[in-house]
Amino acid sequence: MGNLMAWIDERFPATKLWNEHLAEYYTPKNFNFMYFFGSLALLVLVIQIVSGIFLTMHYKPDAAMAFASVEYIMRDVPYGWLIRYIHSTGATAFFIVVYLHMLRGLMYGSYKKPRELIWLFGMFIYLALMAEAFMGYLLPWGQMSYWGAQVIISLFSAIPVVGDDLTLWIRGDFVIGDATLNRFFALHVIALPFVLVFLVIAHIIALHEVGSNNPDGVEIKKTKDANGIPLDGIPFHPYYSVKDIAGVVVFLFFFSVIMFYFPDGGGYMLEHANFIASDPLKTPEHIAPVWYFTPFYAILRAVPDKLMGVGAMFGAIAVLFILPWIDRCKVKSIRYRSGIFKANLIMFCVSFVVLGWLAMQPVNETITFLSRLFSFLYFAFFAILFVTSKNERTKPVPDRVTS
Amino acid sequence: MKKMIKLLVIAVMMLPAIVAASGGAHLYEAPIDINDKESLKRGAQAFGDYCYSCHAASFMRFNRIAKDLEMDEQEVRDMLIHTRGKKGNPTKIGDLMKVSMTDDYAKTAFGTAVPDLSLAARARGADWIYTYLRSFYVDENRPTGFNNVVFADVGMPHVLWSLQGLQEPVYETVVHGTVEVDEIVELKSIQAGKLSRVEYDVFLGDLTNFMVYMAEPVQVERRSMGWKVLLFLIVFFGFAYALKKEYWKDVH
Repeated sequence: MGNLMAWIDERFPATKLWNEHLAEYYTPKNFNFMYFFGSLALLVLVIQIVSGIFLTMHYKPDAAMAFASVEYIMRDVPYGWLIRYIHSTGATAFFIVVYLHMLRGLMYGSYKKPRELIWLFGMFIYLALMAEAFMGYLLPWGQMSYWGAQVIISLFSAIPVVGDDLTLWIRGDFVIGDATLNRFFALHVIALPFVLVFLVIAHIIALHEVGSNNPDGVEIKKTKDANGIPLDGIPFHPYYSVKDIAGVVVFLFFFSVIMFYFPDGGGYMLEHANFIASDPLKTPEHIAPVWYFTPFYAILRAVPDKLMGVGAMFGAIAVLFILPWIDRCKVKSIRYRSGIFKANLIMFCVSFVVLGWLAMQPVNETITFLSRLFSFLYFAFFAILFVTSKNERTKPVPDRVTS
Repeated sequence: MKKMIKLLVIAVMMLPAIVAASGGAHLYEAPIDINDKESLKRGAQAFGDYCYSCHAASFMRFNRIAKDLEMDEQEVRDMLIHTRGKKGNPTKIGDLMKVSMTDDYAKTAFGTAVPDLSLAARARGADWIYTYLRSFYVDENRPTGFNNVVFADVGMPHVLWSLQGLQEPVYETVVHGTVEVDEIVELKSIQAGKLSRVEYDVFLGDLTNFMVYMAEPVQVERRSMGWKVLLFLIVFFGFAYALKKEYWKDVH
C-alpha cells in the first residue's frame, strides 16, 4: 500500500493535495453553526449533478415531448420520481444553503481583506447558480416554465438599441419555442455546470490560500507554535470532516422531510400552474418566479420604468460584488462591531425576506408601495454601511479566538 | 435605531393583514383519503363512466391502476377500456389512457380543447375539482344550458346532471366599495337527481380522490419510503455525533 502511494506520488501529487487541502489544512477551532453551509453547498452541488445526470437519461429536450417525458420519469421510470424530487428539492436546498452561507459571510466579514477574491468567486458562483436554476426551470415545459421564461427574457428587450435583437438571439426564435428549450437544455446540463464547478474550485483554492475566517474574525495565522502551526487551528480532516458528516445528516433529514412529504413545497417549489403543459396562447392568471428569485423580482416590479426596473434588479445583485470595498471597517466579526452595523444587517435581511414575499403577491397599490419601501431599504443597507463603516465604534478584538 | 427596528418588525407582522387575500369563490374541502382503496376503485369507475370519453388521462397507464388499486387486469379492462386501437386491434392493458377525440373536434363541439386530466388535481387542487363538480347551475344563456360558479362560462356541459339533478342560483346584491354587484350566494336544487345530496357528495369525493391519486400515483410509496429514510437518518446521526464527540475530545 505504501509502495503504491509512493509510486503515485512520484507521478501525481496525491498525498500533497490531500495534506494541503484536508489533513494539514489548519482551520479555526471555533466554527459555529453558520459554518456548516459551505460544505453543504458543495454537497448539494454533487447531489444536483448526479441526480441531473440520471434525469437526462430519460428527459427529452423537445417542445413536443418535454412535458410528457417529465411525467414519464415520474410514473414509468423505476424510482424516476425519487430522482426528479431529489433534483427539484435540491434546487431549493441549494439556494437556502447558499443564502445562509452568504449571510455567514456578511455576519463575520468573511469578504474582507485578504478574502476579497473568495467573495468575488462566490458571487460569480451565485450568478451562475441563478442562470443554472432559471434555465433548468424551463425544462419541465409547463405553463410557469414557459411564461416565467417569457417574462425574464423579455426584460432584456428594455435595453436600448440592441434590446430586441438581443432577446431574439437569446430565444433563437420570435417566441419561446423548441429552439429556446434546446439551447437552455445544453446550457443547463453542460455549459453552466462546467462554469459552476470551475468557480467552486477557484473559490476553494482561494480560501485555502489565505485560510478560513471564523466567528471572531481573528486571523489564526498570526499566532503559531514552534512548528509553524496556528495555535487556534485544527486540521480540517479529521476534525471538521467528522463534524460536517453530522451536519450533513441533519441537513439530509430536513431535505428528506421536504422531499418525501412536501415535494411541491406548497406550490412554491413546483408551482401548480406548472402541472399544465405550456401553452403559448394562454397566459396563466398569476405569474410569479420561483421563490429564490422573488426578492429581485420585487425590486424589478417596484420601479415603474421598465429599463430602470431592470437596472435596479441587476444593480441589487451587482452591488453585492463590491461589498468588500463598501464596508470600510477593519473589524470583521459582528461580535465586535457597532450597534448600527447590527441593526443595518437585520434591516437588510428583513428587507430581503419581505421583498421575496411581496413578489409572490398579486400587484395592488399596497404591494407596490411596500415593494418600493423595502427596495429602498435593501439599497439603503449599502449606503449606510459605506457611510458608517469608515469610523465605526467597534469593540476591542481579542488576539486569539474565544471559546 | 431601536425604534426603526420596532417599526420594521411591526410592519412585517402586519403585512398579511394589510394585504387582504384576494377573493375567489369559496371552495369546499374534498374528503380525500388516498389509502382508501375502495373509494379509489369507485372513483376509477366514476372516472371511466363519466369523464374518460372526452377527457384523456394520457400520462396514466391502465395497468398502473390495476397494480396500485390491487385489481386484476380484467377488472380494469371492464371498468375503463371500451375502445379499440386505430386498426381495430384491442387496446392493450399497458397503454396510456388516451381518448380518440381530437382537439379540432372538441373545439367545434365545446369551443375549446378538452383538458387532459392526469395532472388536474396537482394543477387545480382537490378542493377546486370537488367544488367545481358541485357547482354547475342552469343558465339558458350558455350553449350547453349550464354555467359554473367556480369556472364562469365553462365550455364543459354538466355531465353529472342526471346524478346531481338541476340547480339554480340565488343572487344577492353585495356592495364592493361603491359598486353594487349581484353575486351568487348559493345554489338551490330545482330538480332532484338519481342521487341524494349526501350520496352525490360521496360520489364526488371518490372521484376527486381518484384524481388526486392519478395526479401522482407514487404518493403512497413516497410517504412510506419517507419515514424509513428519516428513521435511518436518526440512527445514523447517533453514530455520526458519537464519532464527532470522540474526535473532538482533545480540542480545547
